[in-house]
Amino acid sequence: MTTTQTREAMNEQFDRRTLDWYIDKLVEIIVFISGISAIIFVVGIFVFVTMEGMGFLFDSFSFSEFFGSEYWEPSDEDAPEYGILALIAGTASVTGLAMLIAIPFSLGTAIYIAEFSTGKTREYLKVLVELLAAIPSVVWGFIGLTIMNPLIIEIFDVPVGLTVLNAGIILGLMAAPIMTSIAEDALKAVPDRYREAAEALGATRWQVIYKTVLPAAKNGLLGAILLGVGRGFGETMAVLMATGHAVNIPGSVFDSVRALTATIAAELGETAVGSEHYQVLFTIGIFLFLITFVINLTADLIVRGIKNQ
Amino acid sequence: MSVESMSVEAMPVENKLTESLFAESQLNVKNKKIQSLYRVLFLMMTLLLILPVLIILGTLIVKGGSMISIDFLFTDPINGMTEGGIFPALLGTVWLVSLALLISVPLGIAAAIYLSEYASENWFTRAINLAIINLAGVPSIVHALFGVGAFVMFFGFGTSIMAASLTLAIMTLPVVIVSTREALQAVPHAFREACWNMGATRWQTIRRVVLPNAVSGILTGVILEVSRTTGETAPIMFTGAAFFLPFLPQSVFDQTMALSLHLFVVSTQVPNVPESLPYAVALVLIGMVLLMNSVSIAFRMYLRGKKKW
Repeated sequence: MTTTQTREAMNEQFDRRTLDWYIDKLVEIIVFISGISAIIFVVGIFVFVTMEGMGFLFDSFSFSEFFGSEYWEPSDEDAPEYGILALIAGTASVTGLAMLIAIPFSLGTAIYIAEFSTGKTREYLKVLVELLAAIPSVVWGFIGLTIMNPLIIEIFDVPVGLTVLNAGIILGLMAAPIMTSIAEDALKAVPDRYREAAEALGATRWQVIYKTVLPAAKNGLLGAILLGVGRGFGETMAVLMATGHAVNIPGSVFDSVRALTATIAAELGETAVGSEHYQVLFTIGIFLFLITFVINLTADLIVRGIKNQ
Repeated sequence: MSVESMSVEAMPVENKLTESLFAESQLNVKNKKIQSLYRVLFLMMTLLLILPVLIILGTLIVKGGSMISIDFLFTDPINGMTEGGIFPALLGTVWLVSLALLISVPLGIAAAIYLSEYASENWFTRAINLAIINLAGVPSIVHALFGVGAFVMFFGFGTSIMAASLTLAIMTLPVVIVSTREALQAVPHAFREACWNMGATRWQTIRRVVLPNAVSGILTGVILEVSRTTGETAPIMFTGAAFFLPFLPQSVFDQTMALSLHLFVVSTQVPNVPESLPYAVALVLIGMVLLMNSVSIAFRMYLRGKKKW
């Protein structure tokens, strides 16, 4: 090999190396931008929803009327009133009932799957729970409308079946599988040596669970519950179809109500872009965004708390 | 029980003594009873959570199964959607889901590569993770508002497949990011080190070693995302899905019908629908979603069995 040939070969190799280096840098930039896209989108959601609702928010927004009035009368031509108190009550009552159902059942199921069941049974149950979590919300709403509605009318002898009870059960069944998965993860995260130590002291399986596993998994379970609450709060289609959609502060579980999310879903299509009603719906959107933001943030802080211990 | 007590009686006295020495104390017996009681209780809870859903699925199949045929899937709805098939809705869902995947899969994989391969443990990465959690937790109707504000109005796509798919893509982005990140992190670190030692750049390592080893895990996540996107209704209601269209979409800037919204429409908005029609639509929708979920789960189990490290 002559010197020139060697030099050429070396140059070629050097060029390839620099090219690879540039590609590497380019990829790093692309990947970084994609990485921060989640932040961009979350900020984007807040900015764009606020932008559309801004007109109302800075013009005629009154804190006491918006949150304090139970009159939601957006189509009143002379003096439309935008009070979301009844809508908040609707969302809260449905979510509350759903959690009353979902919390014991999801925690019980999670404990059964994680602590009592073994081998194949555990695998099958986990798959089943995962499949339940996948059922779309519009299908749940349809179930509330067509199966639960006549059932409630018949069993409780009431005139209307589209009520807090209906939506609460539907939402509870909907949220439970997701809460089960998260709660089961939390139980699984408790190290086995905790269980072994308790068993070595003569504790029965239930004593191990009650005195050792549950206290150790406390934060994770709380996180699961909070995420369930967030999910119930933000659920739209099922609540739209199963609550009866009547603006009402419920006196019992047999009253029809209307949820915040459902109001947006039902009315956005009928409002003129840029009108006050349209802006109010976006303001409700901001409120929902902030609430779920706080719930998710709290859940994350609690769950992360155990990981750092 | 009776056999045992008889044999004890028949035993000589010394044997009886040792027997009673090792016999379970009353406390022990009580504890064991409590344990089995709780076991049964949690099993009941698990079954109570799962059974109603199975009953509901059964009802859907019984009431809607007879309507489903090739004709139903591939003809247009006629007579104000009270007769005929669901072809435009089915096709619309395919349009929406494909375009949403085209956007979110590359973006999500790139974001996951950043988080798994480049990002270090600091506040910035935590902020990204928080954003991902929040993106997944924001109510679907708020995503819809964002879609209206950003894509329909600000970017001027109008109510179109483009706007709806973008909204869906952003909403389901966390699914891709989280599952891809898990798949990437499951590739042992030693693989990367071995590759770096050969003089490969970071990107070469990712492309030739990490991604090929994680591709099946990534695919599992993508299938899961397809199933999620298929069932979403609220985000597409105001961004691109129409109640009824007499023609098929010609481009991504046209509106389209969608299966999930079609279920909402035929079960709540259209009068005189034969009872079995919405059941059949619900069955097709839930069938698609559960089928894809099952494929994803089966795929994951197959992979777990095959894993070499």
